[in-house]
Amino acid sequence: MNGFRQPSVLPGFGLTLGFATFFLSAIVLLPLAALVLKTASMSWGDFLEVVSSPRALASYRLSFGASLVAALINTVFGFIVAWTLVRYDFPGRKILDAMIDMPFALPTAVSGIALTAVFAQNGWIGQYLEPYGIKVAYTWLGVTVALTLIGLPFVVRSVQPSLLEVQRDLEDAAETLGATPLYIFRRIIFPTVLPALASGFTLAFARGIGEYGSVIFIAGNLPMKTEITPLLIVIKLEEFDYNGAAALGFVMLAMSFVMLLSINLVQAWARRGMVAARR
Amino acid sequence: MVGITASSAAEISARPGRRTVASVVIRWAFIGVSLGFLAAVLLAPLAAVFTTALGEGVAAYFRSFADADTGAAIRLTLFTAAIVVPLNTIFGICAAWAIAKFEFRGKAFLMTLIDLPFAVSPIVSGLVYVLLFGAQGWFGSWLLEHNIEVIFALPGIVLATLFVTFPYVARELIPLMEQLGNDEEEAAMTLGASGLMTFLRVTLPKIRWGLIYGVILCNARAMGEFGAVSVVSGHIRGLTTTMPLHIEILYNEYAFVGAFAVASLLTLLAVITLIVKSLMEWQASRASGN
Repeated sequence: MNGFRQPSVLPGFGLTLGFATFFLSAIVLLPLAALVLKTASMSWGDFLEVVSSPRALASYRLSFGASLVAALINTVFGFIVAWTLVRYDFPGRKILDAMIDMPFALPTAVSGIALTAVFAQNGWIGQYLEPYGIKVAYTWLGVTVALTLIGLPFVVRSVQPSLLEVQRDLEDAAETLGATPLYIFRRIIFPTVLPALASGFTLAFARGIGEYGSVIFIAGNLPMKTEITPLLIVIKLEEFDYNGAAALGFVMLAMSFVMLLSINLVQAWARRGMVAARR
Repeated sequence: MVGITASSAAEISARPGRRTVASVVIRWAFIGVSLGFLAAVLLAPLAAVFTTALGEGVAAYFRSFADADTGAAIRLTLFTAAIVVPLNTIFGICAAWAIAKFEFRGKAFLMTLIDLPFAVSPIVSGLVYVLLFGAQGWFGSWLLEHNIEVIFALPGIVLATLFVTFPYVARELIPLMEQLGNDEEEAAMTLGASGLMTFLRVTLPKIRWGLIYGVILCNARAMGEFGAVSVVSGHIRGLTTTMPLHIEILYNEYAFVGAFAVASLLTLLAVITLIVKSLMEWQASRASGN
């Protein structure tokens, strides 16, 4: 195979790689290519008109803004949760640890209606925010809450292993030498977990931009105000405006590629950080 | 991961000189903030699913499953998962065998491509199939001539679900098989076992738990997928509505007991998925001697 692959006594390379590549092309690559080709068949003017319309711009602002805020909330609280789960022992810790993955396993429509029930004006939490004039459901805050739930496991699961890498000897030594807890955190713990935090933040942010199911129930879906970009694509499709839907879909696909690239870069950086910490 | 954190937490609390007043205050502040945050965004919604579903009594809860459209939605979801999960499992095993057992050029690129469906918005995942098979799509007129329905019908739902759950089994198996290495398989081959026999008798028992978790997770996502399926389904009540889409219809009709009753089934599925994951991690930590 002239250098394409290293020799091995194990069989089945051609068969398994062949099937995997065929299935990948049929299910994922060909349909994505259709989206790119459809967009390419539009003229520049039409494309720009769709993707830079005020309604589209407002939807980008909401999708990006809410994802960013949610990812930041998750970075702070995700760190606290990860720290609590790794460093402290308390009743129910293992169950809590297992439940962190809930948003991965729970269908997005279920999280959507459940969050709306909790944060609506008469909901368990919403009724206590109402007197202060804070409306969560059917505002951009609701979108942020939904994206916080969806992004939480990404940050916690990134940070947990890196917290185990923190050298406890260093912490003990610093403490003996009179360092305050804040100083220890700033100089020893934070630098070790920073790459993992960045990686979790990027993953949560990327997931938030494309999220649909959990958001649309709590968002209210008012054009220009609480309409996320994926919903705008759905509306274009319902109006049989395939070109408009394809153009917006292309923007989101391009965004996914940018995010995928950033995730790879951040994770490469995180791995280097882990290796350095082990030394 | 759970196995490691458990031992380290025990180790930390056993460390001497760690029980000063400040450390106790910090400790309870962290636990308090964590519990408060998780209670608000995670536990309250879960509890809301069950209290709303049972809000008008147990009888009303079970009556909501007697509805013909709800029954049809449950059957469609089970049927879709029965097609999607086996296909993605076969793909996952093939991809993991090729990627984890062999060294070849372009491997990292192939893995990035397999991860693509994770990065793409579910709406885009549905959209691409509409552009291919929809009435104005690339194959739209050909399908119309031959009277084949893809979009707003079962094939579209299956394709969109395949796309969204595509990486799960492969993603679970590749790191596991890479970590386990090739030595035992090479020994089996040298001793004259056939390729299939080597896989079934040597590899499969080692990757069993990872495979089960990958399949269960793939199944949970297949049954729960909303966005992508919503784009291709057309929402024809009793015909092309899966369980998550049926939840949306009931919810928008203010049939909250019905909507949350269907949601409670999917929530139970998610809980079972997490229990299997915990079992798998417990098995893994036992196998590695922790």
